[in-house]
Amino acid sequence: MNWYGCWTLYSRETRRFLNVKMQTVVAPALTAVMYLIVFRYAMGERSVPNLDVPYFNFLIPGLVMMSMMQNAFANTSSSIMVGKLMNMQIFLMMAPLTAFEVTLAFLAAAVTRAFIVAVVLLLVLVPFTDMHIEHLWMILFYGVCGSIIMGGMGMIGGMWSKTFDDMALLNNFIIMPLTFLSGVFYSVKQLPETWQAANHFNPFFYLIDGFRHGFLNVGDTDPSQAVAIVSIATLTTIFACWQLWRTGWKLKD
Amino acid sequence: MSIALAVKQLTKTYSNGKKALEGVDLTVPEGSFFALLGPNGAGKSTLINILADTVKPSAGEVSFLGHDLFTERKWCKQRLGVVPQEIAFDPFFNPRDILKIMSGMFGVKPDMKWIDELLERLELAEHAQKNARMLSGGMRRRLLVAQALVHKPKVVILDEPTAGVDVELRKRLWGFMRELNANGTTILLTTHYLEEAEELCDHVAIINQGKLLTSQSMKGLLDNVGSSSLVLEYAEPKTISDDIKNKLADFCPRTQENKVILSLKKCDGHTNFNDAYQAALACWGEAISVNIQDEDLEDVFLRITHENQS
Repeated sequence: MNWYGCWTLYSRETRRFLNVKMQTVVAPALTAVMYLIVFRYAMGERSVPNLDVPYFNFLIPGLVMMSMMQNAFANTSSSIMVGKLMNMQIFLMMAPLTAFEVTLAFLAAAVTRAFIVAVVLLLVLVPFTDMHIEHLWMILFYGVCGSIIMGGMGMIGGMWSKTFDDMALLNNFIIMPLTFLSGVFYSVKQLPETWQAANHFNPFFYLIDGFRHGFLNVGDTDPSQAVAIVSIATLTTIFACWQLWRTGWKLKD
Repeated sequence: MSIALAVKQLTKTYSNGKKALEGVDLTVPEGSFFALLGPNGAGKSTLINILADTVKPSAGEVSFLGHDLFTERKWCKQRLGVVPQEIAFDPFFNPRDILKIMSGMFGVKPDMKWIDELLERLELAEHAQKNARMLSGGMRRRLLVAQALVHKPKVVILDEPTAGVDVELRKRLWGFMRELNANGTTILLTTHYLEEAEELCDHVAIINQGKLLTSQSMKGLLDNVGSSSLVLEYAEPKTISDDIKNKLADFCPRTQENKVILSLKKCDGHTNFNDAYQAALACWGEAISVNIQDEDLEDVFLRITHENQS
């Protein structure tokens, strides 16, 4: 194992987003704050039906998790995409790093960015609520798994995309709908039954619901089922990234 | 003699059907300064990219310092430095950081003394803190050279490292490469400046259309294959029609400004000077001056690739 090489790649991927923290950390925080202000005044003191929690408290974990996932995706996808367009990827391919080491470094950096964004968001938002941590393990488990899954999808998306247009397509037509329709802004119990059932096929739904459960101690899913589904999705994503990088999918002719 | 690189029957067909390499065999002795020459599209870069692990081979074997390149990639990569032909740089960092990162990715804790020396020798020291985006084309290319050397590889491959680098700098760059070579580093380079290859390299291989045409010592090539050519100077430039080209195919006719150049061959100790001169007279008439020139690498290169094509 080339640990030092893996560590260097991880720190490169971390420094890359810290170098531009205005757009990678501050901007997502500002967006989330604006969502909250808008919903705070639109929804007032209303509670979420069937869950009996204030809508405002319901919204915060969902928004934090959504930002984490979007940032994890952005970190890996933009790095690989820029690397491809700038022809910089060759340095990574020439280095004595195995596909596993590359995957590990990329995903760890994605998780790091997601958690930095989450901490910033929570520091900004929590003073406005009486919310507190109910199950730390759930917050960490779903936070880490969600970032790995999205970081992994970013890696695969980055490898697949030939242009920024391809990447925008992926982002706007797959990632955004799945995140928006995963229960960030509503409880699935508010949906018609068919949509409730459909949501159970959206992996992001389990991530957001589980993460929120860690703060509110209520949720829409069966916790043990969610843990199993998320674990399988996480391992599958890691495996897919590792294998695709190993074979040089869309990177090496 | 130990072998740095032994390529056996290396074949590459790209997914679009283009055959870039058709069974190339190549042996690079350890410690040599080796020129890999060939016209554009000959397959040089494909060969180098396979060695660098940025392109997958279709078939063939490569032994690198006695280790199998494809099954012992990691071991080989730690000892190989490649300067790619296309300029590439990380727009997020400055040259010093880029070198530190590159060294780290090779599993080597950055040796700041060596990094500073590289920056100094490649004349990047005063730009070491600038973002790579601010560097000129020539500087970026030198940064590529530094990146390839940062982990002190045993074998260095340079794919046209001097394209777009001015003459003075080019000389100093080659001086540095010579020093590395003198200290035991094997250097394989491709270049379009044939006089550079002739001056620097002790071995030379020529490939064209994915096939190896010749591989031998530079001296051997210039002695054995290098003969002489007939240079006829005219008042105005001459053109070589397809008809003349076919008729004079033996002499590989080519023009250079007002000159027509015909290659001469040795046969039983004599050159075919008379045949060439008569043929030239018949095609273009009397010349202002007639000279016989010993072939340099460029002539040999043109002749060998030309013979192979026709």
